[in-house]
Amino acid sequence: MKLLTHNLLSSHVRGVGPRGFPLRLQATEVRISPVEFNPDFVARMIPKVEWAALLEAADTLHLVEVPKEPIQGYEHDERFLRKMHHVLLEVDVLEGTLQCPESGRLFPISRGIPNMLLSDEETET
Amino acid sequence: MAAPRRVDVLVPSAASWDRVGEAAEGESTRVVRTQPESRRSIAMDSNHQSNYKLSKTEKKFLRKQIKARHTLLRHEGIETVSYATQSLIVANGGLGNRVSRNQLLPVLEKCGLVDALLMPPNKPYSFVRYKTVEESKKAYDTLNGKVIVDDLGQQIILYLNFVEKAQWKELGLQALPPGLMVIEDIISSEDEKMLLESVNWTEDTDNQNFQKSLKHRRVKHFGYEFHYENNHVDKDKPLPGGLPDICDSILEKWLKEGFIKHKPDQLTVNQYEPGHGIPAHVDTHSAFEDEIVSLSLGSEIVMDFKHPDGVTVPIMLPCRSLLVMTGESRYLWTHGITPRKFDTIQASRGPKSGIITGDVEDLTLSKRGIRTSFTFRKVRQTPCNCSYPLVCDSQMKETPTSFPESDKEASQLEQEYVHQVYEEIARHFSSTRHTPWPHIVEFLKALPSGSLVADIGCGNGKYLGINKELYMIGCDHSQNLVDICREKHYQALVCDALAVPIRSGSCDACISIAVIHHFATAERRVAALQELVRLLRPGGKALIYVWAMEQEYNKKKSKYLRENRISQGKKEEISNDTSVQELLVKQMPDVGNQDSAPSVPSINDFQDRGCNSRKVTNSKLPIHTNRTSFHSQDLLVPWHLKENPGKGKSIEPFGPLGSHDPGPVFHRYYHVFCEGEMEAACQTLSNISILQSYYDQGNWCVILQKV
Repeated sequence: MKLLTHNLLSSHVRGVGPRGFPLRLQATEVRISPVEFNPDFVARMIPKVEWAALLEAADTLHLVEVPKEPIQGYEHDERFLRKMHHVLLEVDVLEGTLQCPESGRLFPISRGIPNMLLSDEETET
Repeated sequence: MAAPRRVDVLVPSAASWDRVGEAAEGESTRVVRTQPESRRSIAMDSNHQSNYKLSKTEKKFLRKQIKARHTLLRHEGIETVSYATQSLIVANGGLGNRVSRNQLLPVLEKCGLVDALLMPPNKPYSFVRYKTVEESKKAYDTLNGKVIVDDLGQQIILYLNFVEKAQWKELGLQALPPGLMVIEDIISSEDEKMLLESVNWTEDTDNQNFQKSLKHRRVKHFGYEFHYENNHVDKDKPLPGGLPDICDSILEKWLKEGFIKHKPDQLTVNQYEPGHGIPAHVDTHSAFEDEIVSLSLGSEIVMDFKHPDGVTVPIMLPCRSLLVMTGESRYLWTHGITPRKFDTIQASRGPKSGIITGDVEDLTLSKRGIRTSFTFRKVRQTPCNCSYPLVCDSQMKETPTSFPESDKEASQLEQEYVHQVYEEIARHFSSTRHTPWPHIVEFLKALPSGSLVADIGCGNGKYLGINKELYMIGCDHSQNLVDICREKHYQALVCDALAVPIRSGSCDACISIAVIHHFATAERRVAALQELVRLLRPGGKALIYVWAMEQEYNKKKSKYLRENRISQGKKEEISNDTSVQELLVKQMPDVGNQDSAPSVPSINDFQDRGCNSRKVTNSKLPIHTNRTSFHSQDLLVPWHLKENPGKGKSIEPFGPLGSHDPGPVFHRYYHVFCEGEMEAACQTLSNISILQSYYDQGNWCVILQKV
């Protein structure tokens, strides 16, 4: 699971609503999977990212130097884009957990795949 | 044969793997870099910091060895260690790779005194424990990359790694399934020869003995023909001639000696070449009486008995032995023969009857010969009244395949007839899903670069890599299908389409291809659409495909029908059915005019007019005949599972097995949509507009936009 994917995930346990975001990430195995750098693509991703959630996730993984917010004129700042490219697209969480910040429910990540299935009781309205 | 290679560099410990930052308390965050430069760092070890340069071949072996470590850890949970210990795991040197005990042991013994060699059944590796660390280190140093030749003449390269303990989870002491008996030497070699010669496999096209060449064995029936289509016999149609005379005296003898209680009136002769098999099955309860006996001739074989709880008991059936199944072993346990060329057997006992235990210190391989079995059964004339009603077709209660009345029932129906089925058929299903549909590709290619796209119900991920300019996330309920996506390096997760764990308004587009027709009530189908819309940002688009009731449209048959080779020319008119279509035509006069814009009836019209599933309420769901028109909107569609489709990956210990015959059949629940029904469902959603709706190869398709 890439950190960009993590940034899009939200807990869907019944009743938690928007308080289900962001999921707390714990990783026991992380891999760096090289991805071809495409500056335009990365620049388009930046405004879609929930920055605070990304900072928290990057912090959990001890990834250094994620800027506190997107810098001015980032579209043309290759250094920044390369850094974000690495953080968003190359860091791949293989093993670990995602935890709902509201209900505490844990979801396993195994072989890079989050399992977000809920029991019937957890989804019933 | 290649000379043994020396690989002098110890495999690294986790300590030499790169880390990013400091690991969280109590957890180590391992980072395995895949760039070539870090691979070199893996090759470095504290004991070998010298300028030692690896040759190209040595590098290759080292790479393979490391790969073996990762594979073992990932698939088998076996942790290898970097320091020398008494025990080694020998990757590739396993029974599952056709390496037998008497091949491997001498190789290992060249390096020292072997304390134990554990060879787990069906695994492509084994464990060896030496008397001393020095000996195991010697084996590690000299045997890595060693080539040995398996029983079929193929070269196998060994990769060794140290492990803390040579261990294997021993299966508990196993007992024979209750009611099962194997009687050795029940007939003489002369009788065996006579029986074998009495079966004329080469004869006749006169059909007298109903000989069939199934894909994985040859079979002949006497007394009554056994029909593999329904696993039953036609009780009213005994075959002329009855059982062969030669069997009569033998059966009389068994009766007299008390080995059997009833005289059988049906005989099935099967011939299995090495590599042949028969899928696990229970003989149909209502077709045959309690006692089923099978005589093994020509060669011994290992038959697997399986309890529904999952316990498997492999049993050696020696040549000229009689297997007697009664009671629980006949009614509850399945039996089958795995198609393979070698059986795992007890080295100390050889071809003697009994259970093949999990004693990994005593397993080896035995090459199969041609086995002919004479299976005698007595056709049952009255319904079965065994004490296993759950698995008894005579006592089967109304199955839960009747139409659901509540949300809970619907969810159970989907669980059993959708989710579980996809989990079972995932590999085979995936192997049949390779060509992306052109209109869906078009939709994805037209999206702006940098769009975030969710594929809800992504299956094997065939749309996840269509457009490299998108960031796509696949979701599916089936772990096995998501595993396949992950193997292709796509972003994918396991979830339910009614509760997608993606934040609201985050997606530029969503696709839902062949998913919503698996929900069993109109409410759940709408809820699934609602969930798609929730994910979209305002202005975002969703493409939805569902299977159409109408498989013939504009006087053109869908691909689904056209691929039916059998019934070609035999025209089946959907309008002959009592008619959903007639109802629709009445209600929507412009249906006849295919060029006009679709008029959108409200969903209530469908519910009131019976175009939804109400008419099948409380009745069992009909089972659809593949590649024919639909006669009901709610139905079960059979999937004929071929095991190990395609090339068959090396995961299977004995290589590709091909398909079994007859393979198991799974039923998937579908609600096929009538024309206009999908639009009607979409109309119930707020904040959307329908941009487009069309018919594409037997599917109804809609593109919506969130406003």
